[in-house]
Amino acid sequence: MNSVLQYGLYIAILVLLAIPLGGYIAKVMRGEKVFLTRVLAPCERGVYRLLRVKQEEDMGWKKYAGCALLFSAICLAVLMVLHMIQNLLPLNPEGLPGTSWHLAFNTAASFVTNTNWQAYSGEATLSYFTQMMGLTVQNFVSAAVGMAVLFALIRGLTRVKQNGIGNFWTDVTRSILYILIPLSILVSLALISQGVVQNFTPYETVTLVEPIALENGTQVTQQIVPMGPAASQVAIKQLGTNGGGFFGANSAHPFENPTPLSNLMEMISILVIPVALCFTFGKCVNDKKQGVAIFLAMMIILLGALTVTAVQEQGGTAQLEQDGAVDIRGENQAGGNMEGKEARFGIATSVTWTVFTTSASNGSVNSMLDSYTPIGGMIPLLLMELGEVAFGGVGCGLYGMLAFAILTVFIAGLMVGRTPEYLGKKIEPYEMRMAMLICLATPVAILIGSGIAAFLPQTAQSLNNSGAHGFSEMLYAYSSAGGNNGSAFAGFNANTPFFNVSLGLSMLFVRFVPMVAALAIAGSMARKKKVAVSAGTLSTSNAMFIGLLIGIVLLVGALSFFPALSLGPIAEFVQGMA
Amino acid sequence: MKTIKEVVPRAIAFFLMMTLLCGGLYTLVVTGAGQLLFHDKANGSIVEVDGKKYGSALLAQQFTDTGHLWGRIMNIDTETFTDEDGNPVMYAWASNLSPASEEYKELIAERVLKIQEAHPDKAGVPIPEDLVTCSGSGLDPHISVAAAEYQIQRIARNTGRSVDEVQAIIDRYTTGRFLGIFGEPTVNVLKVNLALDGILTE
Repeated sequence: MNSVLQYGLYIAILVLLAIPLGGYIAKVMRGEKVFLTRVLAPCERGVYRLLRVKQEEDMGWKKYAGCALLFSAICLAVLMVLHMIQNLLPLNPEGLPGTSWHLAFNTAASFVTNTNWQAYSGEATLSYFTQMMGLTVQNFVSAAVGMAVLFALIRGLTRVKQNGIGNFWTDVTRSILYILIPLSILVSLALISQGVVQNFTPYETVTLVEPIALENGTQVTQQIVPMGPAASQVAIKQLGTNGGGFFGANSAHPFENPTPLSNLMEMISILVIPVALCFTFGKCVNDKKQGVAIFLAMMIILLGALTVTAVQEQGGTAQLEQDGAVDIRGENQAGGNMEGKEARFGIATSVTWTVFTTSASNGSVNSMLDSYTPIGGMIPLLLMELGEVAFGGVGCGLYGMLAFAILTVFIAGLMVGRTPEYLGKKIEPYEMRMAMLICLATPVAILIGSGIAAFLPQTAQSLNNSGAHGFSEMLYAYSSAGGNNGSAFAGFNANTPFFNVSLGLSMLFVRFVPMVAALAIAGSMARKKKVAVSAGTLSTSNAMFIGLLIGIVLLVGALSFFPALSLGPIAEFVQGMA
Repeated sequence: MKTIKEVVPRAIAFFLMMTLLCGGLYTLVVTGAGQLLFHDKANGSIVEVDGKKYGSALLAQQFTDTGHLWGRIMNIDTETFTDEDGNPVMYAWASNLSPASEEYKELIAERVLKIQEAHPDKAGVPIPEDLVTCSGSGLDPHISVAAAEYQIQRIARNTGRSVDEVQAIIDRYTTGRFLGIFGEPTVNVLKVNLALDGILTE
């Protein structure tokens, strides 16, 4: 009974916080006054003066896209170099060496694309300098770029006969200054109060109460206690749907997520901005019902996923239960499948996190997905493969879902024989082509990537489990990269030249192809005139539309991935039954 | 071409500015405030008694002594980290094993046998699963209340303490759910053991 209460309250708190935040973001996007304006407006003007940006400049979609791409390219290049030469830079008390070129490329691509896939463990690989001046920065700017592109798309949908879709520099600056930094400061201080570390001191060694004897006779008497500026990065990794852990175990690590309260704050942070953006959207198109419709479609997908995963994980497995010798149902414990889960989180809190993080493009984990039950682990896989449009990443989730909405009105229009319209704008072949690019980029990247990897003999050496579960580990890696998610079946060793490069390329493809396509739609929609609503107009805010939209999302996902899923998690599930 | 000439320097300048703001200034402000307001927590929640550091309250250690409370199964790593003199030091990671495989079934069966042998008084009572599973971080400092209670008689027998005394120590280091709702009630294994050894007294 307590579990049901936890699930319900997590969702309720999320939505209650997202509604006012959505209104706030709408004001920030339009450059209106908010309560932080007095403090932040001088900083904002300072940034524009240094950049010599004219606030009133209105960019066409090509220039907007050009700025986004060039800026990201610079981030990618500098971040890659930073990783490779970290041994020459300050704030490296553990004396960690520079990383290999392929790991540097993979990590740079990963953080610039808001994926935050990690082929390494932070505490054993990266210096404090790389973490804060490299990764933390990308956590902010990659989220802000996603939000900026969404703002541009919303302007494209609402403007009539105009060429411009906004100014990239002001959109990014405002997102960072007014939304991401204030929220991150609040969340990171709250996290420190719970025990998340935040310092620049070298790793501590402490004396073990019981020394450990190794097989070769050595006595291990000390334990390493990793340190570093973790809280500041953990806050923005959640808020910006980034997800890259400061430590290898990500948010399962007690130094990233020590208590149920820290967990509550981080988990709400994962989805609060993506959910808020649905309401921002409704406000900006002057029709709140449009935002609510998109919100409901996303929420229904999320609740469905949550239910299946919760039932599977609470059920546990026969292999764990040992014909009753192990208690997985009793009092005073969480019960269910606790392999890879933390005692303080139990099942309800772990499962809610997992569904939140894979329906957003966050990818941080507070339990190890590799150790989920077959079907429990398939749901996060499927959520990523649907293109992360059930809320999705900051900005990119909603612009992905809007592409599905365009696809839906097109298909519905075909059925009744009318020219499709969305928000009073005619949808024509050009928009359809761009929407298809957005909807299909994810399946293409995942299936081609994992298809090639499945052919290579060396893939088997990277697997941690054998058989169908091993296949799931590999499929999960490409789904995570191809969904810009970043979570992992973490037993999989992805730190090889082939996986680092191929996964890096997948991430770049899936981030930037849909981004440019969304901006192209924005540019073309902004130039169109508005058509009057008539009796024959398909409503895009009623229950039928919500149902159709969910149907299309599931259809594209299911048709693309059913064969692959049946080789992995479904096969494992059936084997377990036998 | 003209646009590229205009955009590239601006993108570089913006990148540098954001690096200083979001990487430098933001991290320093949070570190400063955190160190000032929550000094112990920001530095790893180290348990220090009379100048000796016994561990972090948030990171598990492995306990196998019959007079100690046992925690989650640990997937110990002594190869990644070393101290200044090059001696191996302990860390741990998740198992990442599938809980639905035959190998896993055999692994759990071994652990069950070991625990049953150490707890003859619990013959026929199913073992709380925290004691046979590896956690998500590999460093989970807690176990469930059920898993702690399962061990009380063994600890009492091997330490010469009464069952009530052991129970009282466990209760002292048990944390409930947040607001009685979120998360799960847990027992901090390291603190219980330091108290059993007479090191931690409050």
